[in-house]
Amino acid sequence: MKAARLYRNVALGIKTLLLHKLRSLLTMLGVVFGVGSVVAMLAVGEGASREALDQIRKLGSTNIIITSMKPVEEESRGTFSPFSVSMYGLRYDDQRRAEQSLSTIRRTVPVKLIRKEARLHDRIMDLRVVGTTPDWFDLVRRDVIAGRVVTPRDAERHASVVVLTEYGARRLLATEHSLGEVLRIGGEYYEVIGLVQSESGQGGAIQTPDQEIDAYIPIEVARERYGDLSTIVTSGSMLRESVELHQLIVEVDRTENVESAAAGLERMLKQYHAKNDYRISVPLALLRQAEATKRTFNIVLGSIAAISLLVGGIGIMNIMLASVTERTREIGIRRAIGAKRAQIIGQFLIETIVLSMTGGAFGMALGAAIPWVITAIAGMPTIVTGYSMLLAVGISVTVGLIFGLYPARHAANLDPIEALRHE
Amino acid sequence: MTAAARLARSPEPSAGGRGVVRLENVSKVYVVGSSEVHALRGVTLDFAAGSFWAIMGPSGSGKSTMLNLLGCLDRPTAGRYLLAGHDVAELNDNALSELRLRHLGFIFQSFNLIPQLTVRENIELPLYYLEWSPLASAQRAEQMAERVGLADRLNHRPQELSGGQQQRVAIARALAANPEILLADEPTGNLDSATGEQIMQTLTELNRQGKTIIMVTHEADIARHASHRLHMRDGRIDRIEGAGA
Repeated sequence: MKAARLYRNVALGIKTLLLHKLRSLLTMLGVVFGVGSVVAMLAVGEGASREALDQIRKLGSTNIIITSMKPVEEESRGTFSPFSVSMYGLRYDDQRRAEQSLSTIRRTVPVKLIRKEARLHDRIMDLRVVGTTPDWFDLVRRDVIAGRVVTPRDAERHASVVVLTEYGARRLLATEHSLGEVLRIGGEYYEVIGLVQSESGQGGAIQTPDQEIDAYIPIEVARERYGDLSTIVTSGSMLRESVELHQLIVEVDRTENVESAAAGLERMLKQYHAKNDYRISVPLALLRQAEATKRTFNIVLGSIAAISLLVGGIGIMNIMLASVTERTREIGIRRAIGAKRAQIIGQFLIETIVLSMTGGAFGMALGAAIPWVITAIAGMPTIVTGYSMLLAVGISVTVGLIFGLYPARHAANLDPIEALRHE
Repeated sequence: MTAAARLARSPEPSAGGRGVVRLENVSKVYVVGSSEVHALRGVTLDFAAGSFWAIMGPSGSGKSTMLNLLGCLDRPTAGRYLLAGHDVAELNDNALSELRLRHLGFIFQSFNLIPQLTVRENIELPLYYLEWSPLASAQRAEQMAERVGLADRLNHRPQELSGGQQQRVAIARALAANPEILLADEPTGNLDSATGEQIMQTLTELNRQGKTIIMVTHEADIARHASHRLHMRDGRIDRIEGAGA
């Protein structure tokens, strides 16, 4: 009974609004664009932050990544004496000390990086040779496309085996049939034993430990064959540097211990490194930061959307006030017949809510369409969430209520005698 | 039908009688700017159940004010107005709406139908506020339309009807909630004399069926249909004609 009555009231409201189709449409536009912008902006924001969060998660939330950095003083000195060797970065001892210093550290993965030219049959490409332990594949988890990854047995045997990334394999025209073939890296030969997926850090602010041009070999083999010394020839100058480990990935047992472990590592490294030649990055901290950024972002977007909805709401209120004036006589008639004030308020409120909700529905469609266009044209990831849709409905009803209340009350408080005499 | 025959059927109003509508020393003062306008000055009157009154008088005599008060659209400044056992001056806005809805039916000079509603929906309006079910309201609207001879016009809009037809729709609407009292404000003012005469026939018929009718008019021709003619002057009762006055 109550529902049937509401249905009748809404039907009447729609009927009244349809008497002035163009006016109702124009009135709705404010809410259409307001809600549309809310949904679209949230989708863009959600897409951007989801991408950032995904990247950080790929780094591993229990991992700490220590990277060797050339100290600033060394950098400037390098150009002065081209034949000197700059020594910096993480040492093999650092790995051992890290594993022993803290009980919360589960394991560490050393990483040695060497840039070399590789050749498979007649295809040539520059590779980043990653000398590491089998644990790498546990900490930097990627899909294995074909074959297998480096095992502890390979490490023990100092086996000349290499795992290529999918991208590198494509560049070298390697397929699953290339498994077992021989790849020449620099002057050395390796057997291709597997292909893995890679996560390129493209567009994101955070660099993942792996790159598309990686070739993974056992670290023992890398040490034997390439040593610690590397020569970088740039235009006009030659740079020789000696780095034992380029990276150290530390896995902590639980997320709650990540921050204290990072602090512990920092203290430990400070004791043995005179120069500031390393950088500790904590994906978890980045994750927290990214989440905080996302919150700020949402607040900013929310405020912008609130302003556009405010404008839309004022548009509705304006038209409803005009409508009340226009229908003063109708209000007088209804009051004379016996309508209570609350019933007049209800009638006008339903009209504004119907207006704003219809606007909200169109706005939702618009808000879902805009991100689609953005993704199609700009290639930016966007995610239209159910939560933003729910928010849109809530907002449009609220706008209708708030901005409809004043005109409705105005209508209800008209003196019926005056209202009947109107015009 | 003779005037005498009509009068014979109308109960006599008397000070001690139990009329449905009763004014006791009612005054109405409007404040316009800094001056006071005394629209009614101590009017005492009983409108007996089933009587038919014509309120007459020059403009400014207080007849419109009296109709507004009787219609519970306004409250008296002083005195008592008793309607269906309630003292109107003491009621709040909601209670006044309720009284109008259940006991009063309005008929206006300019018909006052709601243009965007069909004839049926206009007639159903009081029932809508009485929260009747759609089915019951529809049946009642059909009955009422039939009673005023417009059963075939239910789905028309008011503006598609002639003035006389519109006024009959207004009468059907006034009757829908079955009130005891009909208040008519110059019901024939916008109609030609022939159509006006038809409307008056309808009102007379309704009075015969027991409705109390109070009508404001300035036309003696129209007032002739009433059992009592109340002449107002300067907010006071000037004289009452007919029915033993």
